[in-house]
Amino acid sequence: MKVINNIGKYVIMLTIVFSKPEKWRIFRRRLFEEIEFIGIKSIPIVALMSAFMGGVISLQTASNMDSPWLPQYTIGYITRSSTILEFSPTIISLILAGKVGSNIASEIGTMRVTEQIDALEIMGVNSLSYLVLPKIIAAMCFFPVLIIFSIGLSLIGGWLTLTLSDLASTDTYVYGIRSFYTDLEIRYALTKSVAFAFLITSIASFFGYYTKGGALDVGRSSTQSVVSASIAILIANLLLTQMILL
Amino acid sequence: MIEVKNVNKAFGTNTVLDNISTSFEKGKVNMIIGASGQGKSVLAKCIVGLHEVDSGEILYDGRDFCQMNRLERKAIRQEIGMLFQSSALFDSLTVEENIMFPLSMFTKMSKAEMQERANFCLERVNLVGRNKLFPSECSGGMQKRIAIARAIAMNPKYLFCDEPNSGLDPKTSIVIDNLIREITYEFNITTIVISHDMNSVIEIGDNIVFIYEGKNWWQGDKNSIITTDNKEINDFVYASEFMKEIKENLKKR
Repeated sequence: MKVINNIGKYVIMLTIVFSKPEKWRIFRRRLFEEIEFIGIKSIPIVALMSAFMGGVISLQTASNMDSPWLPQYTIGYITRSSTILEFSPTIISLILAGKVGSNIASEIGTMRVTEQIDALEIMGVNSLSYLVLPKIIAAMCFFPVLIIFSIGLSLIGGWLTLTLSDLASTDTYVYGIRSFYTDLEIRYALTKSVAFAFLITSIASFFGYYTKGGALDVGRSSTQSVVSASIAILIANLLLTQMILL
Repeated sequence: MIEVKNVNKAFGTNTVLDNISTSFEKGKVNMIIGASGQGKSVLAKCIVGLHEVDSGEILYDGRDFCQMNRLERKAIRQEIGMLFQSSALFDSLTVEENIMFPLSMFTKMSKAEMQERANFCLERVNLVGRNKLFPSECSGGMQKRIAIARAIAMNPKYLFCDEPNSGLDPKTSIVIDNLIREITYEFNITTIVISHDMNSVIEIGDNIVFIYEGKNWWQGDKNSIITTDNKEINDFVYASEFMKEIKENLKKR
């Protein structure tokens, strides 16, 4: 019952969030602030995760290539496919649900319990639109950039690992990466990243905005937002895969 | 002037405001007092629209706030300044930016004009030169004064102060009380202060509304609250031994 109630509140929240900003100049400034906060500041963690993820995928693929019938370029092909189709958009989004989602929920939750949101409302500001809309738009604009960056670094990570451990040559790996490539893979990855960006920021904002109580409840909202956003990502991943790839 | 007529508010089965009617006059410091949990904060939140009333009317100079649509409410809210119990300053903005915030949202002032207005407001609360500090770098008393400066930035017609003295030492409390009184008289605004600090009540209360069990139990001024025979008022005002002693001394005189 509580889940249905929350879904209803979430939908109502979104209808208020997507209303015309009070002033476009202020919205633009807030948008750039959020792009820096949500996007630019996530680059180090995304870079670290992607490089190691690419390395591990290529190593695992190479270690499982026992059959002489399988050409060596398969390592590059599988690394690319796994990275683009699943690891970069989904795993990185799950990590960002933790980093960005908890940050948003605790920021907005703290504003709620310290009456800053009430102060906005008393002034006549649409607090949801002012606080949440720039976050959602910033994430939806910048997550695809992060995912492309992640795919690139992951493939570089795979190449470095393979060449350093002498498991495949650069030419073979690059040939594998280029084999059987279709645009659909990238379109699929970017569509997922935009959808996940929306889910992470809106769900985290929802839990932050409706926080009641004190510091303990802000922490609880933060945890709930990460768990709920992760579940939403996994469900959306399944639905989008069914819709786009099949 | 703000009038509250037959306002009822309940949370589930718990009735918090029970058919309250009262009025808050312009150019006076109106105080809502009462023990914790009696409904004074809920009444204030209903008046500013943070809670919806179940029934009744809230009139801002004759305009019924409860019947207004979102845009009309937004217009009224630009006439309201509010000092929150926790000051509610925006942590990420400097003192100056906090004061300029409502101006940047709702006026077409240039940056120089907004800075001029912010400087005027800071001067009014005796905080000249603190423009670039962040709220976390200010003391509790300073934060209250910054919040007052922000509340008066838009030249409000109505000023709400939710427990302005909570967490402050007695000396700073007097500074804040005096500031609220001076601003009320200087700008001729309708000020509503929610408090359970008896020093403040006796110091600045021109019109006092005592809320008890969600009802408007008693209404009067700072002189009559000391002499009233109302049992609930006396239990509230003279709760401490010190205050009881003062009352005995007053009787002897």
